[in-house]
Amino acid sequence: MATRTQERRLAFLATALPPIAWVVVFFLAPLAIVWAYSFGQNVSLTEVDISGTFANYARALQPLYLGIFAKSIFVAGLTTLLCLIVGFPVALAIVFASERWRPWMLLLIMLPFWTNLLIRTYALIAVLRTEGYVNFTLEWLWNQGSWLMTLVGLQPLGDFTPLQLLYNNFAVVGGLVYVHLPFMVLPLYAALDRLDKSLIEASLDLGAGHLRTLFSIVVPLALPGIISGIIITFVPALGAYLTPDLLGGPDSQMIANVIERQFKRANDWPFGAALSFLLMYATFAAIALRAYFSRGKPAPGHGV
Amino acid sequence: MATRRAPLEYNRMWQIRAWLFAVFFFLYAPLVALIVFSFNDSKRITVWRGFTFRYYEKLFNNDSLLLAFANSLTIAFMATLISLVIGALAAVLLWRYRFTGRTAVEGTFMLPLVVPEICMGVAMLLFFTRVLPWPNYLVWPLNLGSIIIAHVSFCFPFVALVVGARLASFNKEQEEAARDLGANDWQAFRDVLLPHLRPALIAGALLAFTLSLDDFVITFFTSGPDTVTFPVKVYSMLRFSVTPEVNAASTMLILLTIVLMALMMVLQSRAQKKAGG
Repeated sequence: MATRTQERRLAFLATALPPIAWVVVFFLAPLAIVWAYSFGQNVSLTEVDISGTFANYARALQPLYLGIFAKSIFVAGLTTLLCLIVGFPVALAIVFASERWRPWMLLLIMLPFWTNLLIRTYALIAVLRTEGYVNFTLEWLWNQGSWLMTLVGLQPLGDFTPLQLLYNNFAVVGGLVYVHLPFMVLPLYAALDRLDKSLIEASLDLGAGHLRTLFSIVVPLALPGIISGIIITFVPALGAYLTPDLLGGPDSQMIANVIERQFKRANDWPFGAALSFLLMYATFAAIALRAYFSRGKPAPGHGV
Repeated sequence: MATRRAPLEYNRMWQIRAWLFAVFFFLYAPLVALIVFSFNDSKRITVWRGFTFRYYEKLFNNDSLLLAFANSLTIAFMATLISLVIGALAAVLLWRYRFTGRTAVEGTFMLPLVVPEICMGVAMLLFFTRVLPWPNYLVWPLNLGSIIIAHVSFCFPFVALVVGARLASFNKEQEEAARDLGANDWQAFRDVLLPHLRPALIAGALLAFTLSLDDFVITFFTSGPDTVTFPVKVYSMLRFSVTPEVNAASTMLILLTIVLMALMMVLQSRAQKKAGG
């Protein structure tokens, strides 16, 4: 019956058209415009001529901007490494937690993840300010120490000078770790949870210590998951805007802050567009790497 | 020794316990401090001077902050509705039909998940200033249209993921049975598939709502002077000063997040019980 196939066709179109149209008009088209702009130049304050020039990319390769790119990659890499070191024992603990505790521990990891990023960053500012809680605690300790010194007949320590914990690279990396830790813990948990626990027991039974078991059994077997966690953490950290903006100083801007400046204060949209696309290419490269590692054979065993 | 630790009970190692405690302290201490000091009766936010609701009162008399909050909720609500439709259709499309270019379409649907926020924000800024200038003289809430569109673009893939996972467990024979009994495509969809998808639709909706409510960067690029959302407002407030009022506003939003998460967990466990029983 012709009407039946017609109806089928209609159903297909009704399913396919809305999402495809949306993604083309409200996602691909905006990105395509950015891409086109990256080959353009400012002709007046509001007009941009898309002339096909590569000047914006050439400018992005100048040492100043290459340096910011390198710095962003370094900061995101350091953040990822710290998240891995901090998060691995946490993931391990969740995997081996009892049935009763596991969902609660996962919830505790995920709750900050769902809390507004801006609010978490603001909470950090309140903690790290010169009149913040950390400096407050340090001052108290300092005064106690000073009092102890006078008690044993030594000179007091003098006045406490608060540490400058905000508006520097230290604050940016700390803030990024604070914000991105769940990104690392969740994939690590998923990877470790799939491990065959009897292999760990066998290793321990055969006399290997906990550390040796960790590095020659657990890590190689969970490697695809670890790489996944590394990339899932690295990608958003590389494009971070808010954390370096609010916690960083003048010398700790990352690539996203430079992009924002081109679009707001500097008003150089074509250059900002070129930088945006360079950031996107870097992101895609990282994701391709992840696909490559997760596709490959299971991680090579260690001396098996 | 009374109780010996079994080899795999890492949680009973004091090193692991201390580490866990330190990590959770690191994660929660700033948030707890933020909440506690929203009740502090002092202009300075580090010294405790007694309990007060003063800053909440101030909050509820701050019209621009309330408008921003209303804007955020409206945007989240509308973006969730549209994301649900678009995301569910995207998931059904990929699940039911085999067509040329399917892989490309699937990849494109998932692209918003990986594009950096700043690039997406910039793209939306360009789009809504140069291609589709959104008239900002429209009456509320129509003036929020551009932000809603931007939010749908990054929320719908999450809905599609959740719905897609649920579709995998759907027994296609049920739908065929409905057809054999005389239902047309639309009826089979409405009366068989949709009820099966309900838990995923609810989970997806809560996810989209939270994501939309949380977004700062993309909104920052699409919002105008009259269409400030809550995170954008808080951002401009804390550029000037760190006040207990910001603490109070943040506490309200944290509370809302916790309520949403609790709702999500209750619904999920209920769905699991249903599936089990």
